[in-house]
Amino acid sequence: MLAPYLLVFLAFVVYPITYGLWLARHPASYVALYNDPVFARAVVNTLIFLIVGINVKMLIALFLSGFFVQSRTWIRWLSVLFILPWAVPSIPTILSVRFMFNPEWGVINNLIFKFTAEDGPNWLNDPAIGLTLAILVHIWKSLPFWTLILMTGRLAISNDMFEAADVDGASWWQKFRFITWPSMQTLYLTCTLLSMIWTLGDFNSVYLLTGGGPADLTHVLSTLGIRYLRLDQLDLAMASIVCAMPLVLPLVYFMMKRLSR
Amino acid sequence: MRMPTLREIGNEAKLLLIGIPVLIWTLIPIYHMFLFAISPKQDAFAGKLWPDHPTLQNFRIVFNQQHYFLRDFWVQFGNSVVIAIAAGVLTLIIATLAAFAISRLRIRGGRTVMNLALFTYFIPAAFLAVPMYRTMGNYGLLNNHWSLILAMVTIASPYAIWVLKQASDKLPLELDEAAIMDGATPLQLFRMVYLPLMLPSLVAVGTYALLLAWNEYLYAFLLLSKDTEITLPVALGNFLAADDSPWELLMTTGFIYALPPAAVYYAFRRYMVGGLTAGAVKS
Repeated sequence: MLAPYLLVFLAFVVYPITYGLWLARHPASYVALYNDPVFARAVVNTLIFLIVGINVKMLIALFLSGFFVQSRTWIRWLSVLFILPWAVPSIPTILSVRFMFNPEWGVINNLIFKFTAEDGPNWLNDPAIGLTLAILVHIWKSLPFWTLILMTGRLAISNDMFEAADVDGASWWQKFRFITWPSMQTLYLTCTLLSMIWTLGDFNSVYLLTGGGPADLTHVLSTLGIRYLRLDQLDLAMASIVCAMPLVLPLVYFMMKRLSR
Repeated sequence: MRMPTLREIGNEAKLLLIGIPVLIWTLIPIYHMFLFAISPKQDAFAGKLWPDHPTLQNFRIVFNQQHYFLRDFWVQFGNSVVIAIAAGVLTLIIATLAAFAISRLRIRGGRTVMNLALFTYFIPAAFLAVPMYRTMGNYGLLNNHWSLILAMVTIASPYAIWVLKQASDKLPLELDEAAIMDGATPLQLFRMVYLPLMLPSLVAVGTYALLLAWNEYLYAFLLLSKDTEITLPVALGNFLAADDSPWELLMTTGFIYALPPAAVYYAFRRYMVGGLTAGAVKS
């Protein structure tokens, strides 16, 4: 009964990875990679994307999880809508954002023109703005999921402790500091690590918004591999992925240890 | 009815101060897409927040394939449906068998398989895409729907196995023992005891795999390229290649493409949220 999965695993995980590693065996690939300014830029972008994107996302999720556990009918309705970004596919919504920032007919510049009678900037032509918007799109898309997870963490805390704290006249910060956070910090850490792995694999946010441009300045590692692939430089594509492994493997090891306990 | 105290009003106001920005932030890209779908071309590009004359004309154009980019709309829609259903069903079969073997029969090596599955689950999909593309080429599956179906099964089944194993561990072992006492074979145990009890988790996992395949862009765009073989998201991506993209039609097509997953998600919301979030992070 394990055979069907093992077959899939061998054919589509083991074989491709082994084959990929074999393709990435030449030291020359890594020299070429090192000398490609696009690679260096992609590494920096990836780190910015990870550090800023994940921390901002997780902190907002932590905050919003506290908001959504409040029992109000309107908050329950809002939480139903709030899931939408996660429930709908990313391509139409990211293209929608891309269109909003179009310099000529996008709604943002239309509004800027209406109020200031001046043309707005060409947003996505600036790599810093492009990367920022890609991070925002990533947060928009994945925030609901993490909020939901952290909500389950909050709901698991027994209400008695909050009631006792209320009797003692604790402030909301004291309640968070001494009750909520201690019981959620392991979950928060796990979520942050898992989110790191998934963010590393987020191809859509950057590719569909900026396409890696302008001038290949907004690539991250996940779009870089595909860029080399499309340029028919398969060895470079694989080498760039191998370069990400020192970041990925410790995370994978830690997550596997945590989950298979 | 009791009058709310000043403090309660203040609390409500604070919550609204959070709730309103959250609502706007959540809906803007989706509303923007919807707005273009129901706007005539001239209204759409004038930066109006609601069209003067809302229309379904764009939907008519898409459904009748009356644009160069939409020649194969229905074929591509069909491709998406077939691939999503095939990936969902296959994942469900593979994952259910594996979870049953690992959790209930406690087959030797089950733990190892579980760890292998977890390992795959944690490999970022975009990184596996590059070698997977070459592998599919070696297998001669490029431009064949099976390549995308199998790729999606590969990506979906680890998580599916994980979620199903978690759920089956919760079923009491006494059930199995009782069934075996009554002379049930493992196969009967699987069919008559296990499957009915696991139904909610099976729905969650099947839907998960289905939506994953329906929503997938990267693998679809790498593995399929012929206009009559591609799925809807790839077709949407191809709109971008043109200098004069018909954005109102792109948004309309995007809206149509986004509706089924949203509908499926809301139909199975109870199962999805319970089944999937529990599996994502064991708390």
